[in-house]
Amino acid sequence: MASETSSSAPKRSLGGWALIAVPYFWLFLFFLVPFFIVFKISLSQIAVAIPPYFPAFDLGQGLQVLFADLKELSLENYIFLTEDDLYWRSYVSSVTIAAISTFITLLVGYPLAYGMARSPKEWRPTLLMLVILPFWTSFLIRVYAWIGILKNEGLLNQLLLTLGLIDQPLTILNTNIAVYIGIVYSYLPFLVLPLYASLEKLDGTLLEAAEDLGCPPWKAFWKITLPLSIPGIIAGCFLVFIPAVGEFVIPDLLGGSNTLMIGKTLWVEFFNNRDWPVSSAVAVILLLILVIPIVLFQNQQQKMAEREG
Amino acid sequence: MLKSLLAGVAAVGLMASAAQAKDRVVNVFNWSDYIDESILEDFTKETGIKVVYDVFDSNEILETKLLAGGTGYDVVVPTGTFLSRQIQAGVFTELDKSKLSNLSNMWKDIEARVEKYDPGNAYSINYMWGTTGLGYNVEKVKAALGEDAPVDSWDLLFKEENISKLKDCGVHLLDAPTELIPAALNYLGMDPDSKDKGDIEKAGELLKTIRPYVQKFHSSEYINALANGDICVAVGWSGDVLQARDRAAEADNGVTVEYSIPKEGALMWFDQMAVPADAPNKDEAHEFLNYIMRPDVMAKASNYVYYANGNKASQELLNEDVIGDPAIYPSEDAVNNLYTVTAYGPRIQRTVTRTWTSVKSGQ
Repeated sequence: MASETSSSAPKRSLGGWALIAVPYFWLFLFFLVPFFIVFKISLSQIAVAIPPYFPAFDLGQGLQVLFADLKELSLENYIFLTEDDLYWRSYVSSVTIAAISTFITLLVGYPLAYGMARSPKEWRPTLLMLVILPFWTSFLIRVYAWIGILKNEGLLNQLLLTLGLIDQPLTILNTNIAVYIGIVYSYLPFLVLPLYASLEKLDGTLLEAAEDLGCPPWKAFWKITLPLSIPGIIAGCFLVFIPAVGEFVIPDLLGGSNTLMIGKTLWVEFFNNRDWPVSSAVAVILLLILVIPIVLFQNQQQKMAEREG
Repeated sequence: MLKSLLAGVAAVGLMASAAQAKDRVVNVFNWSDYIDESILEDFTKETGIKVVYDVFDSNEILETKLLAGGTGYDVVVPTGTFLSRQIQAGVFTELDKSKLSNLSNMWKDIEARVEKYDPGNAYSINYMWGTTGLGYNVEKVKAALGEDAPVDSWDLLFKEENISKLKDCGVHLLDAPTELIPAALNYLGMDPDSKDKGDIEKAGELLKTIRPYVQKFHSSEYINALANGDICVAVGWSGDVLQARDRAAEADNGVTVEYSIPKEGALMWFDQMAVPADAPNKDEAHEFLNYIMRPDVMAKASNYVYYANGNKASQELLNEDVIGDPAIYPSEDAVNNLYTVTAYGPRIQRTVTRTWTSVKSGQ
């Protein structure tokens, strides 16, 4: 990923600096600034006002007020999060649901991407188009459609009943199974696309060589294709796992009232309790939970790349 | 292709902004399924003010938007309990009563009850009021519990021997802790408006005992579910249940839905129209409120949504199945049996929410 480090980089020209400044500026504007706003709110206290927290840091009131406000900040909300096990259970349950869904997505997505990459060249644009096509319909509507499919009187149950496979409708809607289905369905393209990209680049001559040397196809897949597609697997899994952890719409619409996910906990904190400070603290912790493993992973990758290089 | 598309979008944008400069607009944010839409068309025809109408289905959503500020809405419709806290937070502008000539049509009794939330009715006018009671499918409940099923009592819901038999045909509860916790407290013989942590936890315990038999906590789905015969009991808002009753009757699907105000008492609530302090079109908002307070308009709205309104003068114009229905306009005795509640402070609100979360999640 970020393996082309600047250890031997020559002096950059002004244009070069300007070029790398663009992504940093982007990160600053759309990641760091919002993050600090959320972080600041997480250190405030709840209040009956607009906005419903204090101190609000009104820039129009001069520096003195600003410094006085600064003293009001405290870590109280973070301590609160440790006092009620609801939050930890939500984090753990979200990560578990996201991990299981990511795994299922991989199981479904890999054959799909593989089939696409091995299909005749003239078909590939069409197949790619088919993967992207669902995005043309609103995400919300697609998740809603699953309600119609999964409910007790829904399409799936009626089909199974008509086929005589079951004699009682299955309760799928409003359970965790429906959440898995929703996540796998919604995020499948995010896994298929990077995986397809890495599988398509795969050097076919390696497989031919393996075949010539008497390696059976399944073994060639296991020894050559799979290892070479790992970067695609990792990129795809991250693209599924990270948004799935914080997912709100899918558990809200398809999940039951005992589906505990951090997105819903955050929603309740924000809307029912009107407690922006605590919900901001929940969001900051969620970010840490997601960012730390990713950073560690990247470091690991970089080290491995350096060792190999 | 893309270029022409962009040009098209830009042209539409320009046209919209040009139109805005000329037209008068009022942005209304109301509950879903809560008005006869022809009222909005008539208003535009009469005044030339265009109505931009948007809907929500929970007080929490509305409140969060209002507390964030800058919503761009000119008229919003919070329930009394929420309204009182929002007034404290400085969300609303005081109404200019000189612009509201139709105020004289309003019902003094309702105004007096609203004083609790909005002293002097300074910030709001009553739109609709109603109760939170039991909606049920007559045939299915009879099939499950026999002829003498206690449909006129909270026993139907809170007695395990009853609700356990209703599980299979489906029970929905409103996803509204501020209404269900008072209902549980009232059933337990405690003050429904209690702000005591221990009391609220006791209410939570009662709700947890019935949790295994509840299919869903949702504040709008039960209308269709009742009408289609998918569920047999819902704790719901009076008018919503009556809308389900009518939809079932229209569909002629063999489903009969009824609403009852349990004899132990039920929550009486008031949905109030108010104008945010940062509303961009305050004059138009006042014109809208004044129009809404016209007896014929208010009667049309109530005839459509099956909720009682706070407009005395409109009562002559109401359909008989509205004014004559004790589920909508309860008798004086029945009204005295209803209770009202006030807003929770931040600390006790947290207890209420947490209790509700553990009731819902069953943990």
